[in-house]
Amino acid sequence: MLTDVEVTELERFANQIRIETLKELGHLGFGHIGGAMSIIELLAVLYGKVMRVDPKNPKWKDRDWLVISKGHSGPSLYATLALKGFFPKDWLYTLNRGGTNLPSHCDRNLTPGVDMSTGALGQGISTGMGIAMGLKMDKKKNYVYIIIGDGESQEGQVWEAALFGGNANLDNLIVFVDYNRQQLDGYVDNINSLGDLSKKWEEFGWHTQEVDGHNVNDIYTAIQMAKQVKNRSHVIILHTIKGKGCNFAEGVELNHHMHFTEEQVANAIKELEKKFPEKAGDPA
Amino acid sequence: MMVKIASERRIDNKEMRDAYIEKLIELAKKDERIVVLDADLMHSNNTYKFKEIFPDRGINVGVQEANMIGLAGGLSATGKIPFAHTFTCFAARRDLDQVYISAAYAKLNVKIVATDPGIAATYNGGTHMSFGDMGIMREIPTMTIVEPTDSVMMEALVEQIAYTYGPFYVRVFRKKPIRIYEEGSIFKIGKGIILKNGKDVTVIATGIMVSEALEAAEILENIGISTRIVNIFTLKPIDKEIIVKCAKETGAIVTAENHNFINGLGSAVAEVVVENAPVPMERVGVQDQFGEVGDIEYLKKKFHLTAEDIVESVKRVLKRK
Repeated sequence: MLTDVEVTELERFANQIRIETLKELGHLGFGHIGGAMSIIELLAVLYGKVMRVDPKNPKWKDRDWLVISKGHSGPSLYATLALKGFFPKDWLYTLNRGGTNLPSHCDRNLTPGVDMSTGALGQGISTGMGIAMGLKMDKKKNYVYIIIGDGESQEGQVWEAALFGGNANLDNLIVFVDYNRQQLDGYVDNINSLGDLSKKWEEFGWHTQEVDGHNVNDIYTAIQMAKQVKNRSHVIILHTIKGKGCNFAEGVELNHHMHFTEEQVANAIKELEKKFPEKAGDPA
Repeated sequence: MMVKIASERRIDNKEMRDAYIEKLIELAKKDERIVVLDADLMHSNNTYKFKEIFPDRGINVGVQEANMIGLAGGLSATGKIPFAHTFTCFAARRDLDQVYISAAYAKLNVKIVATDPGIAATYNGGTHMSFGDMGIMREIPTMTIVEPTDSVMMEALVEQIAYTYGPFYVRVFRKKPIRIYEEGSIFKIGKGIILKNGKDVTVIATGIMVSEALEAAEILENIGISTRIVNIFTLKPIDKEIIVKCAKETGAIVTAENHNFINGLGSAVAEVVVENAPVPMERVGVQDQFGEVGDIEYLKKKFHLTAEDIVESVKRVLKRK
């Protein structure tokens, strides 16, 4: 459990990530807005409270690792990493420009703090699991976190990995499913439903939890719970909203990739800024 | 490079898979970073021998080749040297995107050891016969492709494969081929080998076609055609120097490979020849067909992979010289 102060701090951090992500994508005028927004509370908890990382030494041997298997959510990770000081914030305005270090899909060879190249859906869960195995072989204590999408969960490789992970009992691994129920072409349930996702992961042998993916306390508590359970691989299904917190994307069916105007972005940022006004924001 | 060529061609005294895994075990005893993955073919590839000695570093992932390549990529990210094993058909056709992204694009140190190339799949037939695997792998940037010729070369290359950073595709005839080299030969990845000198034409061969080429050379010598034989065992990066030298010195080239004549050795050699020293060429290989079942002698004849096919190609190319 987090204290009320800690919850407020993480919510404020999440809000900052959202604003920076909007500025970053807004500067370009288009991008994968929906899935970037839905994982932001998770990123805030991971980088604000959970993960052992050193922004000055991104390849630190004792760090925790994050693999965003739904690699198109790079923009919100970049905003988080910039806020943490992995690289200058003005890099965010180079997103997807020729020669940038911040491509739309995560690249371990370009961006400080990015641990795996992803983007071909289904592959990051396997590579992340390989990292967890390598760390176990070396008897290291680092944790590996993987974020997969719900649309991504239609890929066969996810279930190859799920079967393998259920048997491999990698207790240094936590997979998060961003279950926002939307994919590029619309609603997951209308396209190729995942059915009872929690039951599926349980059947595949994973220690499975389901929480509200926009509640920082619930996410944090689930991670702590997972760490108490040894000799099992862990999955946490996050019930999320695609486009969450971005007023021109949330609630829109086709919000996986959008084009947006400067006005839309400015308006969305203004709304977010109201949640934590600059000076009055500190809890008394 | 110092090679000693066997005085007579006979069946190898060792299976390639054993030459390979025994050397890898030897390296792994000194190097904890070496990890073996296999997708339920441990008793085909003999990787079970590694798992028996190193149970924590020998991983049978089951029948899931795509996940295996991803795991190998992740292991490499933590500093391991993963060797992932399956048949050539699955390694190339099924795993292309994983090899492309999770290994090569991510700049990870993944070694893919793929067995039963081309007609070596014999009784497994068309579904398992990979005539396009070298072509598929050849278009992946940074990939090194080697096809060891016999057990001597196989054993000699393992250390170079393990300690040259980057993705490798190793195409292995897992049983006993015809032995070409004597013990103690030294090979260098990327460098072709002149097995026999000749001045009228050069036959460049890889894999099981090397012994067919040597046999063809004997037939050709008897009818007065002086034939140079070259073994190119590294398809990528290809040895441009030796190809240009042979084109200039002999004025005609025939390639021979246990693979589709599209996108494999013949294509790679032709690219070098047309740009650097254009001479008439012929390509011996599978003529863009699917595989089928049969023993290896039947399949050699069926797909025109015999010494006689090389002889005919040489005669044709010399008419155009």
